[in-house]
Amino acid sequence: MTHPYLSVEQLTQRYPNGSGGEMTVFENASFGVEKGEFVVIIGHSGCGKSTIMSILAGLAESTEGVVIMDGAEVSGPSLDRGVVFQNYSLLPWLTTLKNVTFAVEARHPNWSKDQVLEHSKKHLEMVGLNGDVFNRKPSQLSGGMRQRVSIARAFAISPKLLLLDEPFGALDALTRGSIQDELLKVWAGTDQTVFMITHDIDEAILLADRILLMTNGPYARVAESVYITIPRPRNRTEIVEHPNYYAIRNHLVQFLGKRSKELAGPTGLVENRPETVHFDNTATIAKTKKSSVAV
Amino acid sequence: MTALSLNQRAALLSVILLIVGLCIWEVTIPAQQAAGELTEYERLTGGGTPKAGVPPPSKVIEKAWEQLSDPFYDAGPNDKGIGIQIGYSIYRVLSGYLLAALLAIPLGFLIGMSTIAYKALNPFIQVLRPISPLAWMPLALFIIQDSEQSAIFVIFICSIWPMLINTAFGVAGVRKDWVNVARTHELGSLRTAFIVILPAAAPTIVTGMRISIGIAWLVIVAAEMLVGGTGIGYYVWNEWNNLDLTSVIFSILMIGVVGMALDAMFGVLQRYVAYSE
Ligand SMILES: Nc1ncnc2c1ncn2[C@@H]1O[C@H](COP(=O)(O)OP(=O)(O)OP(=O)(O)O)[C@@H](O)[C@H]1O
Ligand SMILES: [Mg+2]
Repeated sequence: MTHPYLSVEQLTQRYPNGSGGEMTVFENASFGVEKGEFVVIIGHSGCGKSTIMSILAGLAESTEGVVIMDGAEVSGPSLDRGVVFQNYSLLPWLTTLKNVTFAVEARHPNWSKDQVLEHSKKHLEMVGLNGDVFNRKPSQLSGGMRQRVSIARAFAISPKLLLLDEPFGALDALTRGSIQDELLKVWAGTDQTVFMITHDIDEAILLADRILLMTNGPYARVAESVYITIPRPRNRTEIVEHPNYYAIRNHLVQFLGKRSKELAGPTGLVENRPETVHFDNTATIAKTKKSSVAV
Repeated sequence: MTALSLNQRAALLSVILLIVGLCIWEVTIPAQQAAGELTEYERLTGGGTPKAGVPPPSKVIEKAWEQLSDPFYDAGPNDKGIGIQIGYSIYRVLSGYLLAALLAIPLGFLIGMSTIAYKALNPFIQVLRPISPLAWMPLALFIIQDSEQSAIFVIFICSIWPMLINTAFGVAGVRKDWVNVARTHELGSLRTAFIVILPAAAPTIVTGMRISIGIAWLVIVAAEMLVGGTGIGYYVWNEWNNLDLTSVIFSILMIGVVGMALDAMFGVLQRYVAYSE
């Protein structure tokens, strides 16, 4: 078996529970992400999504298990793994432009000032920000603009893996939509791998190649891996007409509403791999065909 | 009708209060003396003569005019212009203060970054901090053997604590998310310090610096009364010995004005480093 580009192997995270004992967030979780893939992870609050992301970023260490990316074990943060945090990922004392340039300088230490500036501006413009906000501080920007700046910064350093923790959580539906489109546009032009957390099912279906579903914690695990069998480019008004759309959506709603709880709890297995779920109604629209294959 | 802004009205009120205060002062002084009721003590010390009484504000203003029109004259050790005296005091405050900042800010950084340094140094800080700076004076005079440098040392020792504690507190309190931004961008420790930690902690550090300069200015007056020679504190004491209360009141006002100016400088700095999230 060849290893996927990003391979999470038997990851376990335990925290002291505050009363002398231990609390297991997730146990022996294993899954893989292919190069260039856009993977979204969904699960109830507290199941450990952010914890997984911090471990992938190298900001936190797991109790057991390893993360292997591109053949090397992840240990500590790196510019190869760009992170967009849910909040506070901009430095409030720097202007919009400087929030990007410091990152570009870190990525390309031998570039000239002009090169750094030009590269930074290009990426800010890519997410729809222009000259008049470059010299403003984050506190003078709207929530949506701030999120665009963090996304621009993440793309400007062209990380191999982009980690997004509920990047649009604080935004209204309209802004959300336009930034989602921008994110897709920017991602489509690169070979970057994206790993994103969200609570929004529709957002997940629009963006993802594959959705990982987590059961409730403690002893959470990635129980299913659902392929979004809807061709790209996708458009939020058109995807609802695709024959697979409702099958996928219903499956996700069912999982979050019922099965995430039913499947919860320790399995006792040495390795918990997600079950692959693949919907294909394009041939036989009348009949829902669901194939389950364990990988 | 002219509508005055809130600030204009407040300024107007300040001026009125000042004038009323000065008038009451001016009026009550002669009344006291006219009553002619001298206490035993005043009779014994030759009190009641114009020199020993509390002067009216008009005298103080006259004195201020006289002093401020020639602030830098130097006519011997006991007769120097107010400008020279304040200059000495500011020189001592700034020397002691800068030395303290040079030590306190890097040390505070270290304490803020490292739990072990914090735990190791905390007992010393807790014991040394509540000591009145003037209590160090005898020891300083004995060890340093120089009144000038002892005064500077006292300033040093009193300015160090607020800066040290605020720097440590500011550095330790830097939001984890910001530190993570530095980590995910692989900034080295020096760049992390200058791009993230220092700007993030700057408002707290500058607050400490502002508290320190205030304390230093309070302490220099007392220190100079003790060591003598030069400086505004010595000047106040000297004029008291001369029973020149007009000069005493004038120099008290000058102490206030200079203290306010020093504080205002740090107010500007504080606004410069402030950021909103
Ligand atoms: N440093 C820590 N110490 C102890 N427990 C922790 C720590 N960090 C996280 N946890 C616990 O781990 C669990 C998972 O937290 P995590 O932040 O990963 O959840 P999440 O899935 O991202 O939730 P949300 O959707 O609300 O963001 C929670 O129960 C939380 O209380
Ligand atoms: Mg989270």
